[in-house]
Amino acid sequence: MKNPLDSLWGTVISGFVLTVVLYYLARMMMGG
Amino acid sequence: MTWDFIGHGLARWLHIMSGVMWIGLLYYFNFVQVAALKAAGADTPPTGAGITKHVAPRALFWFRWAAVATWVLGAFILGERFLDAFLFRERAYIPIGIGAWLGTIMAFNVWVLIWPNQKKILGLVSATDEEKNRARRVAFLASRTNTMLSIPMLFFMSSSYLFHAPMFA
Repeated sequence: MKNPLDSLWGTVISGFVLTVVLYYLARMMMGG
Repeated sequence: MTWDFIGHGLARWLHIMSGVMWIGLLYYFNFVQVAALKAAGADTPPTGAGITKHVAPRALFWFRWAAVATWVLGAFILGERFLDAFLFRERAYIPIGIGAWLGTIMAFNVWVLIWPNQKKILGLVSATDEEKNRARRVAFLASRTNTMLSIPMLFFMSSSYLFHAPMFA
């Protein structure tokens, strides 16, 4: 599998996906 | 000049200013310089020497010291709440704590992975061709990792309304 960080757009998309994951993690840690 | 002005006004202003410098140069490297050097390397003869000799060292100077300034000022703004945020000890400080962790990982990458390897790539310290090739890959991936992390980091630095409005409504 190709490393998404090798591509600029792969990097940007990974950043947005990570943002969504961390947003829900933060909400969960804060108690919903 | 009151303490409130220093803590909440001046420090925040300088934190944002140094953050713009840091992330602006990070985006310059990733969105502009990487592609420009690739294109310059394909020219006959290669034309990228001016960038690596005159632009990159200056950009890296401001980049790495802006990273330090941004982190120190961010820690200063959190003040006595630094550990509440960093250790996720208090619910309200969880979002800024996540942003602080992302910023810390990014600052670590700048000083431990990007700068020492860029010194080899730019010839500021001696390195064999094999070491330079390895340094190129490590510095590139660390820089791309920081670009990726900057997206959620900026979100958590600017999203307090999203998290706190429902809590305190």
